[in-house]
Order: sequence, then structure tokens, then C-alpha cells
Amino acid sequence: MNLDRLRRWLGNLPIHLILIIVCLVWLLPTLGLLVTSFRPYQDVTQSGWWTVFSPPEGSREYSQYCADCHGADGKAIETADLTNPDLVRKYRRSFNLIALLKQDINGQPHMGDKPIPSEEEAAQIITYLRDLSGIAPSKTFTVDNYIDALVGYRGTSTYRNDCAQGTQPTDLTCVWWQDLTNPRGIGAAFLNSLAVTIPATILPILIAAFAAYAFAWTHFPGRLELFALLVGLQVVPLQMTLIPVSRLYAQLGLNGTFLGIWLFHTGFGLPYAIYLMRNFLGSLPRELFESAYIDGASNWTAFWRLAIPLAIPAIASLGIFQFLWVWNDLLVALVFLGGQQPVLTYQVANMVTSLGAGWHLLTAAAFISMALPLVVFFAFQRYFVRGLLAGAVKG
Amino acid sequence: MEVTTAASRRPVPVIMKQGGLVPWLYLLPALIVMATFIVYPAVNTFVLSFQNANGTASASQTCVPNQPCWGIFENYRYALTSPIMRLAFFNNLIWILLMVSWTVILGLLIATLADRVRYESLAKAIIFLPMAISFVGAGVIWRFVYDFRPGETQIGLLNAFITALGFPPVSWLTTPQVNTIALIAVGTWIWTGFCMTILAAALKSVPVDIIEAGRVDGANEWQVFWSITIPTILPTIIVVITTMTINVLKIFDIVYVMTGGNFGTEVIANRLYQEMYSRFNTGRAAAIAVVLIGLIIPVMIINIRRFRSQEEAR
Repeated sequence: MNLDRLRRWLGNLPIHLILIIVCLVWLLPTLGLLVTSFRPYQDVTQSGWWTVFSPPEGSREYSQYCADCHGADGKAIETADLTNPDLVRKYRRSFNLIALLKQDINGQPHMGDKPIPSEEEAAQIITYLRDLSGIAPSKTFTVDNYIDALVGYRGTSTYRNDCAQGTQPTDLTCVWWQDLTNPRGIGAAFLNSLAVTIPATILPILIAAFAAYAFAWTHFPGRLELFALLVGLQVVPLQMTLIPVSRLYAQLGLNGTFLGIWLFHTGFGLPYAIYLMRNFLGSLPRELFESAYIDGASNWTAFWRLAIPLAIPAIASLGIFQFLWVWNDLLVALVFLGGQQPVLTYQVANMVTSLGAGWHLLTAAAFISMALPLVVFFAFQRYFVRGLLAGAVKG
Repeated sequence: MEVTTAASRRPVPVIMKQGGLVPWLYLLPALIVMATFIVYPAVNTFVLSFQNANGTASASQTCVPNQPCWGIFENYRYALTSPIMRLAFFNNLIWILLMVSWTVILGLLIATLADRVRYESLAKAIIFLPMAISFVGAGVIWRFVYDFRPGETQIGLLNAFITALGFPPVSWLTTPQVNTIALIAVGTWIWTGFCMTILAAALKSVPVDIIEAGRVDGANEWQVFWSITIPTILPTIIVVITTMTINVLKIFDIVYVMTGGNFGTEVIANRLYQEMYSRFNTGRAAAIAVVLIGLIIPVMIINIRRFRSQEEAR
């Protein structure tokens, strides 16, 4: 019995191994981004993110040379308490420390029978002592990157440091609620992304619901042909419509306005939305609508009181799709909004090219831009998958 | 694309025929928006592709004397024969060959294996996660993985890994050929979840009794997979392949964020953007757009046909 279970478990071992390795490969890049976004900017370029869980700098040298007498916490010898900042401050450079270590204490060599540490090792020990005594505590994690990204700080230190020292960073006031609206910051871009995404999600679904109701529950000549034509418009790639629409917008003064991008996303989301809504509404029981009409309901009442409430699952699927699509879109935002009302994707893409290696800011900014879609995705995964399966041909 | 549903096959009740104008009122907003944002631009792009850089004269005016000239098709000469466009076509072909095969094979592998373990939904959620992330976010994540510093401590995961194994670090994003593969890996990371989801649903719909019958007849798991499962879900596999091909043909954001199309990573959609918004040549950009849709439509037709026959078979 047990042997049988063991054999089955061993037989499944390759499956578990492959799956776990693949999942790790899939997770590691995102994990690296998340960990880096919380590391102090000095550390980010000094060492890989995977080293954050290794012991602090110099602790290895300290335990090798000093811990036996001074104790692991540095407090074992009362007259030479290594957590005392005043004592540690006397030994700023490695030669100070080495000179001390070479001196005798009460007629005995300081180090006893241990060798004197090399210059590099001494420097490491000093770093550790400064951490231990609280002079320069080494922080593993910080939220400064997020603050700096949100307000659009571009200095060489951090926003909180600069403001605490009274040196006002360029373009910033150090009044946090004013700085959050700095157009170069990710905070302002987040608000812009919301301002673009919410109407650009609701509008196409509403318009599609009206059209889908007409296709599903009213009769007019050419109904099926028109439906096939509208749905067939899915084949037109987005790239093909950008040029004329931006020329049209230039004439109407809609370039760089929210209205312009709402309308564009609406137009482009409609074929798929109509297709999905029509199929869903058409599959509702016919008797429901018939009895409503017999009871004297108008199309208007049937639409709002019957079709819309029953179509909530389809609306949820569509809403998540459209939300993720608009929130994550770069191309349309780049063309129609550009730098005038920068959205998150635009701002992050811009940071990639202008900052190059400012990984501490870039990782924080990227994570802010991913946070909301990830929440939406995990909360409504069921509807997302359902929508995906219903229309695998969205193009 | 299934047009006739149960509702439309039955006779329409008298009550629905009332108000001949009402349906059109419900359709009007959709018709106006779609005409403005899809039909008109598509037609206009076609017209613009035969005109010069700002749409003021025929494209044949842009011909340079003593140089090859295609007259009114001059923009198409650029879109089809210029070295940079030929590179873009070549790269797009590599993208299609590698990314479609990687995503489909990996998606099928994960869907098949995850079906047999208890943490199926967790594993699938992890693979699916990148679908919720923007291409820009994915670009940042992977630029960090590919980070390269000559001779110093490597902070990029991939270079740290290969230097730990004793190899010299590689500048993944600026080395030609290597960089296109590096970008395709990012695309695979994003899209495998999509393929996996669709294929997993198809796998679940394979009738259990057929598989059991195969096992009873003495077939091992491998034979069951190749001679029962794969043929049954083949239509779905083809839909996934064609859908992915269309997605890859339109690939833009990954290239734009990670290399900007430099170092030999140019693709069609990025070239279109560059022509339009860096060099302000609407004629050439429009011609590239027309070429792009010309490449997409045949794939789309296969896709729709397959999807239809699959729906009918249900």
C-alpha cells in the first residue's frame, strides 16, 4: 500500500520538477523587480538583488576576528563596548583600526594568538561596526524609491533626504501633496492613466450593449449582414488606423486630449465587445423577453431592466479585458496623448530611455504601473479566462 | 464569428417587428464611432500610401532621378525593398518561427502537466501572470534581467548566472542576433499563459472515455497523448498558432521599450511608428501599414474558418 503510493509519487516526480522549474523561471524576473524596488539606491548597482538575504557587509570578518572576545553583539567587554558610537567614531580608516589592533592591552597582544586582519578586512570590520553602533546603519529595504518615483525626484540623493536637509530638489516644493502632482512624477501619471482608462472602459461596453441588444432582440432588414460586417472589422489592425485619426485630431484639436483617446479606444474596442455581448444576449431565454414585451415593456425598459442585469458576467469579462488593454497600452497613448498628459506606460517607457541605469527609480515606477492590473487580474481571474475562451480571435 | 444562433433561426415574434426606427437608434452610436475610427481610417490609410510624406501630392513626385522608381507605388518600393524593411521582415519571420513554436509547445506542456497535479490553479496563475503586465512593465523587468556591465559585479540575473558558471558576461541587448532571441524570450514569457489557457480548456474537453479506451487497449501515456489527445485538440492548436502569428506580426511595444529597434532588432510595426512619428513620412508609414494588413488578412481568414468549423462541431 505505502510502497504503491511511493512508487506513484516517484513516477510523478519529473512532472513536479518540470512544473516547479518553469514556475520559478516565470516568477524570478518579476521577483527581482519587486525586491530591487525596495532596496536603497546605493545598494542597487553594487550587488545583485538576490544578495539581499545574505548577512550584512563585514559581518563575516567581524565574527572571524572580533566576535570571540567582544561577543556577537559587540557588548561583551564593558570597557570596549562596540555599540558605542563615540568609540567607533575614533576608527574611521582601516589604518586607525589596525594600529589599535597592533597595540598591547594590559601587556598582552590585542588580538591574542589571532592574526592581524588585512587592510581590506579591517575596512569591512569598520563598515560592520558603523552599522552595529548605529552611525551608518545599513538598511536592507526602503520605500524611498517609491516616494522618489511618485514625485518625480531626479536628484542624486533621495527626496526625503533633500527635503530634510532643506535643499529643495529641482521642480519640487517639499510639500508632499503639491509634489505628488508634479507632471514628471509617476503619481500624476497614475491619475492620468485612471482618467484615460475608466471612461475608455465604460464607453465601449455601453455602446456595444446597445448595439448588441439591437442585433439580438430587435428585427430590421440586413440584421445578420450588418452584424457580420461590424464583427469583421476586427481584422483591421490598430496600426492602420493611427495615421488618419491623428491627422483628423490635428484638425479638430483633439490631439493630446482625454476625449480623443477615449473615443479611439472606444472605436477599437467595439467590434469585439459587440460580438461578445451579442452572443451572450442572444443566448438568454427568449421567453423572458417575450413575456416582458407582452406585459407592455418597451425596448428601453427591456434593455435596462432585463438585458443589462442579466449580461453582468459578459460585462465583467469585457470590462476586465478593456481595462487591462487600455491601462497597459503604450502605442495609442504615445500617439494621441504623448507628453502632454503622460500616462504610466508613457512615463515608464520615457524613464527607460532617459534614465538608462536608474534602476531604483525604474523598478519602483514599473511596479506602481503594474500594481492595479495585477490586483484586477487576481480579483477577477475567472471572468478574464472566460472572456479569453469566448473570443480567442480578438485581433 | 457564429452568426446564426438559436434565437435567429426561429421565427421572429410579431412584437419585435414594431418600431422600424428603434433598432437603428440603438445601433447609431456604434455605427458612428466605428465608421469614424475604423472604416474611414482604413480607407484613408490606403489612399495615403500612394501619396508623399505629408499627403499633399502623389507618391510618384518623391522619386529621385537616376534611382529606381515605382511611380505611384514609390512608398511600396520603400516598404518592400529598402534594407531596413527587409531586415524588419526577416526579424518578424524569426519572431513568428520561434515565438509561436515556443509559446505553443510550452503552453501545451504546462497545460498537460498541470492537469495532473493538485496545485494546478496556482501553477497556471503564475504562468498567466505576465498577461496582466504591460509590455512596458515586462520590458523593464527583462532589461533588468539582461543588464550588462563589462568586468564589474553583474546585477543582471542572467549575466550573474553565466559568470558564476565561468563564462564572460554578454551584452544581450546590443549583440546582433542574440538580441532578437532575447526579445523573443520576453514575448514568450508574456504570451505562454494565453496559449496555455486556451489549450488547457481544450484538453479538459477531450472525452475521458476515449482516453480510457486507449489505456485499456494497452497504450502508454505517451502514445495516448500523441495519437488521441493531440489529434482531438488539433483544431484548437491551429487557432492558437494563427492567433499568435497575428499577435507576433503586430509586435511593437517590446521592441520599442527594450532596444527601440536598434542593433538590428527592427520589426515592421516599430518601423511604421518610426516613419510616422520620428521621420514624419505618412506616405511611407501608410504603405507599411497596408503591407502589414496584407500579411495579417490571410492568417486571419484561416483563423476565422477554423474557429467557425470548431463552433459548428460543438
